[in-house]
Amino acid sequence: MQIGVTAAGKDLESVVDSRFGRCAYFLLVDTETQEYEAVNNPGSSAGGGAGIKAAQAFLKSGAKALITGQPGPNAFKVLAAGGVKIFQAPGGKVSEVLDLYKNGELKEITTPGGPNRGHGSR
Amino acid sequence: MIISVLSGKGGTGKTTVSVNLAISLAGKDEKVLLVDADVEEPNAGLYLKPMLEESLPVSIPVPKIDRDRCDYCGECANFCQFNALAVAEGAALIFPELCHGCGGCVLVCPKDAVQEDTREIGVVEKGWADSIKFWQGRLNIGEPFAVPVTRHLKSELANSKEHTIIIDSPAGVSCPVIEAVRDSDFALLVTEPTPFGRHDLEIALKMVEHLGIPHGVVINRAGEDNKIISELCQERNVPVLLEIEFSSRLASLGSTGVPFSKVLPEWQDKFFEMYQAVKEGCSCAS
Ligand code: SF4
Ligand code: SF4
Repeated sequence: MQIGVTAAGKDLESVVDSRFGRCAYFLLVDTETQEYEAVNNPGSSAGGGAGIKAAQAFLKSGAKALITGQPGPNAFKVLAAGGVKIFQAPGGKVSEVLDLYKNGELKEITTPGGPNRGHGSR
Repeated sequence: MIISVLSGKGGTGKTTVSVNLAISLAGKDEKVLLVDADVEEPNAGLYLKPMLEESLPVSIPVPKIDRDRCDYCGECANFCQFNALAVAEGAALIFPELCHGCGGCVLVCPKDAVQEDTREIGVVEKGWADSIKFWQGRLNIGEPFAVPVTRHLKSELANSKEHTIIIDSPAGVSCPVIEAVRDSDFALLVTEPTPFGRHDLEIALKMVEHLGIPHGVVINRAGEDNKIISELCQERNVPVLLEIEFSSRLASLGSTGVPFSKVLPEWQDKFFEMYQAVKEGCSCAS
């Protein structure tokens, strides 16, 4: 399965970018083979509506799951309309966050306000 | 003739100048129209207490998507440079607060699925304050785009050519300010004798120079420190047309909401003199 992670750099050792709309890259990772591809986030240079633009681009990538910090309400609406599951990353490197995901340790964000706080996230 | 009154920042006395100028001209039997174009915070009416007779809604176009026709191709979202549209499989979303109403999505949709709806964003109100004709624009709270309201106000000015038109512009330097000030015959820049006042005046000067509008300066709360402004004006060859000195009399009138030229007729003469200078300033420049 393809999963997207918002990242500051182009490889698995990059840190997770907690911003969704304005992150530098989406790293699209195949969870079976570990193959990955970095896609520029067009939202990072948008004047307004960055979250919407980023979400639209993310839908185009075809990935059905996303690991990020906390998307804003507009981005959340678009991602939800596209059926993307959103997981909250505690920070750290992309590779570390992927391990947490595989172990089922990431919390899914189901409302634009984000998951309840204080759940072991740093 | 259209005279715009503006200032580099809020609270410098821009509305005080607009209102007192209008009262002074009306006092000399000039036909005057005061336009409050500070549509996010119109407050000239607080001083003039006009009787408003007309209220015209201002709307902007906003797209509406016909779900029976849309096949979610995404062309509209692709086109919209303001990111006001997003399309997913089975859903086309519109974010009206980002939409500039350009109508482009209507044109690019291959299925004719986008229709133009309208959304009311504010009003233009018209009335009278004694012999002063008074118009104001008001943007609804939370609406992000002031320019369409300003534009609506200004589109009707051509019908009031026999009046001297005073435009109380928004403060600062931004799209709505430029929209308000554009096509004026003269710009009155209101400032205060402080370092901040000087800094904001420099920015406002750049704007009116860029727009090619003849201009002059009014120093409000004038006093010992006037040099800080008058020196700049000398350097830039800009006339100081009026100084409103800081006095407890004026301040206390101001705080009760009474325009001082109403009770102090000598100020009507001063404002009228300034008006004459403005008229000359226009004809020299053109
Ligand atoms: S361009 Fe027309 S058909 Fe395509 S997604 Fe937009 S509204 Fe639907
Ligand atoms: S009218 Fe223009 S700004 Fe509004 S959604 Fe359509 S393309 Fe975007």
